[in-house]
Order: sequence, then C-alpha cells, then structure tokens
Amino acid sequence: MRAFVAALTVLVLALPAWAEVKIQEVTSPQGHNAWLVEDHSIPFTALEIWFRGGTSLDAPSKRGATYLMTGLIEEGAGDLDARAYARRLEELAASFGFDVSDDTLTISTQFLTENRDQVIDLLRTTLHAPRFDPDAINRVRAQVLSGLRSDQTDPHRIAGASMSEAVYGEHPYATEGKGTIDSVSALTRDDIVTAFRGAIARDRVYVGAVGDISAEELSVLLDQLLSDLPEKGVPIPNRAQVTIPGPVRVVDFDTPQSVALFVQQGIDRSDPDFFTAYILNHIIGGGGFESRLMQEVREKRGLTYGVYSYLLPRELASVYMGSVASANDKIAEAVSVIRDVWRDVAVNGVTAKELEDAKTYLTGAYPLRFDGNGRIANILAGMQIQGLPIDYIATRNDQVNAVTLEEINAFAAGFLDPEGLSFTVVGKPVGLEGTN
Amino acid sequence: MVRAFALVAALVSAAPLWAAPEGQEAVTTFTLQNGMDVVVIEDHRAPVVQQMVWYRAGSADEPVGASGVAHFLEHLLFKATDTMEAGELSATVAANGGTDNAFTSYDYTAYFQRVAADRLELMMRMEADRMRNIRLTERDIETERDVILEERNQRTENNPRALFGEQMDAAQFLNHRYGVPVIGWKHEMETLDMQDALSFYRTYYAPNNAILIVTGDVEPEAVRTLAETYYGVIPANPDLPERFRSQEPPQTAARRLTFKDARVAQPYVHRSYLAPERDAGAQETAAALYLLAELLGGGTTSYMNEKLQFDSQTAIYTGAFYNGLSLDDTTFDMIVVPAQGVSLTQAEAAMDKVLVDFISEGVDADDLERIKMQLRAALIYERDNVDGIGNRYGAALASGLTIADVQAWPDVLQAVTGDDIIAAARAVLRPEASVTGWLTNVEEVTQ
Repeated sequence: MRAFVAALTVLVLALPAWAEVKIQEVTSPQGHNAWLVEDHSIPFTALEIWFRGGTSLDAPSKRGATYLMTGLIEEGAGDLDARAYARRLEELAASFGFDVSDDTLTISTQFLTENRDQVIDLLRTTLHAPRFDPDAINRVRAQVLSGLRSDQTDPHRIAGASMSEAVYGEHPYATEGKGTIDSVSALTRDDIVTAFRGAIARDRVYVGAVGDISAEELSVLLDQLLSDLPEKGVPIPNRAQVTIPGPVRVVDFDTPQSVALFVQQGIDRSDPDFFTAYILNHIIGGGGFESRLMQEVREKRGLTYGVYSYLLPRELASVYMGSVASANDKIAEAVSVIRDVWRDVAVNGVTAKELEDAKTYLTGAYPLRFDGNGRIANILAGMQIQGLPIDYIATRNDQVNAVTLEEINAFAAGFLDPEGLSFTVVGKPVGLEGTN
Repeated sequence: MVRAFALVAALVSAAPLWAAPEGQEAVTTFTLQNGMDVVVIEDHRAPVVQQMVWYRAGSADEPVGASGVAHFLEHLLFKATDTMEAGELSATVAANGGTDNAFTSYDYTAYFQRVAADRLELMMRMEADRMRNIRLTERDIETERDVILEERNQRTENNPRALFGEQMDAAQFLNHRYGVPVIGWKHEMETLDMQDALSFYRTYYAPNNAILIVTGDVEPEAVRTLAETYYGVIPANPDLPERFRSQEPPQTAARRLTFKDARVAQPYVHRSYLAPERDAGAQETAAALYLLAELLGGGTTSYMNEKLQFDSQTAIYTGAFYNGLSLDDTTFDMIVVPAQGVSLTQAEAAMDKVLVDFISEGVDADDLERIKMQLRAALIYERDNVDGIGNRYGAALASGLTIADVQAWPDVLQAVTGDDIIAAARAVLRPEASVTGWLTNVEEVTQ
C-alpha cells in the first residue's frame, strides 16, 4: 500500500485509548490461585478452568482416551445420569463446555449470579464424581468413531495427519489426539477413568474468572471446586524432536481443489526473539489482505480464496506453519509463489513501512480483544498456562514496538528456510511431484 | 411477506431516538433524510466500536443467469474508489488496529469494521465512499472471479455435504431464488463480468436501501452527527426497485433425492419442509416453529435425541433447525445421522415415527418451560456481546422486519403455548411440501 493521506496519518499515530483491565490475583484459604477481573455490569460470570496436559497424556496404547474422556465429562455426574444432568444444566441456564487440545483440557463455564451456588455445586460434582456410565461411553464413542471416519476423507485432516506423522516421529504430537478407529474401539471404562484421574489434578490447574463475582466469593468457590481433587496428575511427556520432511509431499486424493499445508522449524514462546518472529509472521501471512502471501497468491494472481501462515509454539515443540487451497491445476503455481515469498523475505527482508504497519496493527488490535467476560476469562487462563506475568498486558505492546527493522531482517535471514519449507499437498495436483 | 416500502414507512413513522427500557440493551434508532436506517447499540465497557452497513440486496435479488453476482460484488467493494486505491480500505483499518470483512446471504450483503472507538469517523468516511464510488478495472474482474471460483471450490466442490445441500435447496424451491446457491452456480460464476457487477451495484447500493448498525462505546447523538455528515449527503436512488421475487406455487408433491459421492464417510438423511418466515407484525407462527425445532431437535434433551440416541441407538446425531429470518418462505429442517449398522431407510423411518409420536403426544410442559427460561437467560448473556445484538438487528431489518418486531420477538416466544407448537407442526410439516435427501457414498449403494 502507498502512504496514506496526511489526515489519516495523524489518526494512525494516535494510539487507541486503553480498556482498563484490572487483574486481581486471588488466593483461597486453602491455597488455590486464580486471576480475576471484576465487572458487575451484567449479572453473570465467565469462569475458565484449564488443566495442562491434554491429549498428549494418553498412554501409547490408549490413544484417544483423553479425548473420549473429555467428551464424557458432561454425560452424567453424582446422582444424575446423562439425561438428568443435561436437564439440570438447562434448568440453571448455565453452560459448561469441555474441550481438549494436544496440551490443555479446558472447562469453560458461564452462569447467572442468581444461580451461582447451584451451578458451582453441579460443577463440583462433575469434577469429583463423573459417572462414565457404560451406555454413555458407547454413545459418545460412536460419535467419535463417526468423526474419525469422516476425517479419513477430509483433505484438511488428511494433510494434517500426514504432516504430523512426518514431523513428530514417535511423539504423541505425531498422531491425532482423537485416536484411531482401532484404538478408540478398544478403550474400556477403566481407561476412561484412568485418563480422567491423570488429567484433572491440582498440580496443573489454572483459573480465570470475569464478571459479577467478588474476590471473596471466587476464593470460596475455588476451595469448593479444587480442594478435593488429586494433588498430582500423570507426568507431561518429553519435548518432541521436530524433523522437517522434503520440500513437496503429495497425498493422492480425488477432489477438485488441492489442500496444502506447509511447515518449517518454529520458535518457542519463551524465546527472546518470539516477538520478532510474531511480527515477521504477521507481515508474511498472519494478517488480513495486506500480508505478503495474500497479496501475491490471492490479490495479484487469484490462485486461492485464502492463504495463511502461523507460528505454532506448542508446549512440547514449535513449528512455523501455513495453509493454502487451490484448484488442482493451480496449486503448483501457488506452492511456487509461496516459496518465492519466503525467499524474498529471507534475502531482502521486510520494508520499514511493513514493519510500522504491522506494529500499528498489532498494538492497536490488542486492546480490542478485551471486550467480553468470556473472552477476557479465556485470556486470563491462557496467560497463566503460558507462564506470562500478571502485568503482561501493560507491557506487551512495548515489546512489539521495541523490535527494530535491523533486528527483524537479521532474524528473518536466519529463521526463514525457503528451500526447506515442506509442503504436504492433498488432492490431484497437476505438475507437482512428491519428493519423498 | 413484507416488501421493502412497508419497512421504510414503518421506520420513518416510528418516533426517532427510541430508547430501550432500563435493563435491556441500550438501543437507539433513527432514519436519515435520504432513507438510510440507523441502529446504535451502546456498550461502554471497552473502547471498541463496530460499524456495519447492511444492504437489502442478496443473492435472491440477482437477475436470472447471473447467480453469484451479489457475492462477487461484495468482493469487488474492496477494490479502488475515486479516492482510495484497491485494498486501501482494509489496509487503513488494519493500520488502525482494526479488522474488517463482509458477507453475503440470500437477502442481504453486509460490510463491517471493528476498531477502536475513536476511529469511527474514518470508518464511516471510507464505507460511505464505496457506497457509490467504486472504480473497477477489467483486471480486478478477472482476478477476483478466479478468487470466488476458488472460494466455491473450497466451500462447496471440495465438500460433499455442501454439494448435497445445494441439491436439497434446488429441489425445495420450485420457483424462488432461494433454490440457487448464494455463491452462485459454477457455470454462471464463470461468466460474471463488469456489467453484471456494476448493474447490481448501481441498482441496490444506495442509502435508501441500506441500514447502518453501530455497536459499542459510542453515544447515539455523536453517531447521528457522523452519519449525517458521511451518509446523509448521499442522494437516495429514486429508481430503487420494489423488492419482489417470484414466489413459490403451492407445493403438492413430496420430492426425494440421493446424492452419491465417494468422499462421503458418514451417510445421513436430511428432510426439509417449506415453512413460513417471521413476518412484520405477525411472528407467532415463526415463534412456534422456532420452539418446535428446539423441542424436537435442539440439544441433548430434545425429543429426537431422547428417542433415537437414548431410548434406542438408532442415531449418533439428530437435529432440527429453523431460522425465521428470511424475506420470503424458508425451510424447517431435520437431520438424522444413523449409527453404524443402521440403514438410511431405517433412519428415515425412525425420523418419521418420531415426528408422528411427538405430534400425537403433545408438548411436555416442563420441557417447554426449560427452553423459555433459557431464552430469558440468553437475553442477559447476550449483553456481553453487543456486536451479536447488532447482527440480529441487521439481519432482521434486511429481512423485512421492523425494530418493533425485533424487540417484540422475546415476548412473542414467551407467549407460545404447547398447543400453538403442535398446530404449527401440523400446518407446516406436510409431506407434499417436503424434500427428503440421502447423502451416501457410491460404495454403499452398490452393495
């Protein structure tokens, strides 16, 4: 983009006013911690309870146990079977969401102030006495198996599975956390109970709360919910060894549009250069229409509807990834253009204008994230599990602004690996040969 | 069905600056002199604003043979204007820390930016500019046409469920444009040109066909001043056509279809019925249908779930759906995804039996009360997301409803009785107005 007209430049330079996000650190009488933002303007609370670990905790022969277990937590607890439990939640007008990724099991709840005590009572029972009834296990298992069968013909899933297997070797990251049709079919109730006990423990829990609740009230609630949980869960696995496969791999699949994922070595969240990499990725393919990839692949050539790149700094390994989808007869050109972008930025760097625009966007967009109880509670839990300090919000934009053009371009030259960037293409690509 | 002129008249006659009662969302509405409707919804908790401009023009308003042009034009609105270069609007939003995008549906096309509250004026200046002043090149047309074809590849051609859905809609609507996909049929998209895009633009992109929705940390009077400055100066289009689409004839024959695709791993049955939409001043039947969908297939405790997943293991997923926000007749839909070993014939028979049983048993009072209570609670939770409330107003106003209809809707829902729901089910779920579709893979059929 060209320079903006003068009137706009003034607006660009004036940073937006900040939302005041006052985080309190709450410690309960029994020693449980949580971060809290009080906001009494709407009579409800969003409460996030996160457990470090996720599907990577599965024992090797029990792949999919944590995923299936997570889907079963809401299928009955205490005296309530699955149907009674669902009705009870509806009567209380509360929502409980249970989800799990490779690294984290998350419980996301929202509840009205008038029903708080009853909801916390139900949540306590859920965490301490889940039923895992055999009929519920079979019902939810059938849903998981159906999903796994569908994944086998979904080009995005095929690409992801193929790439993970090649990149992560024997590590849990190499296989899908949902498990395989064989492994999930073989899971027993004991496996589910074991997975639950290994995942839900006090040594790995992080809590964020936002809304109509005081520090004292939250403190009482923490003890109710957490004090009787097991102290320790199963150990977190070791870090993964990342191996980047050859430059192009093709998985044959009969569909009109090829789907491609690309990957190279990444950078950890704790690395001192993380913010430099974060800005670099924004310029390459992390933003909207202005990114290099969107400009070159979509805007100039019409080769795709969307092309993106993203840093993926996970708990046990970090990679730098991206995705694109193009018709079978166009994907070869898309792959070539993406590699050219990598090469160009590695050799010539980014421009001063690109760096300034990226900083203005990233620092301006950051405060806009803090605009709802649920969203803020999510951020609070996420900051804690990443080990960020409680004053991080106030210093984050300074860290973005501190990155200089010399730093980012020196970093890009060492970090970006145009020739090693590895594409996994699923489809019937024309003019692309797999190299391994 | 409500025509656009009735809607405009209703808004003009409503007292300007209508404010919501205490405890509800703070909504202010007014109409500019050129006919542009404005809705402001305040939330001062964070210094964020979202501007949306909705045009009462969607894919169902397209000329015959030019399917996809509404959505194509939506893409082209990110190109140059007299005063902005191609891409400059999005770049400017981004350089101010904001995000922007747009979307197209059957009855509307909408553009939005979400940005720090003190940037609203800049957003309005740019959005108003592209309402009348886009300047397209042939190169824009060629490149962006390739982009929408790739978008169709991604959303539809690569997804057998989406291809199946297109066939269902095409069979459901005998004479209405809702039978044509929003993104367009591929062979027609390939022929879209500058003339198609500009003709649609000049006809429908005008203040008297638009709704401005501003949500977040704003004062209504300040929004009014800005809106008058930037949008108020744009002349109304005196030739804006009356919004009228060819309507459905009586539907008198049940239809069925089977869509086969080797990529289908999980077969299912989908049934749709032609159903009335929410009409201005008459939302009662739609409210009954909404609650019917919730009771029948809305969640874990729904009737279909109870019968087909708990009492028997016929299905691994069931659902019923109804969205009454539509300018013309819409659909009521049911889906049954059979368990392993259950055939589509058995799944369809089970779905039919569930319907018959539900209607003959009548509505369980506790079930209905639980859903109504959740709807009341949803009004509280919703205040945490004013952008969502803005979306609701935009879609409703673009679909022929008035502000009064939007605000009456929660009460209309609460007033629905079990008998109303059964009566609506009997009236709407008629086999002769239905399409039954099977999604399956080639392998299963040849077995």
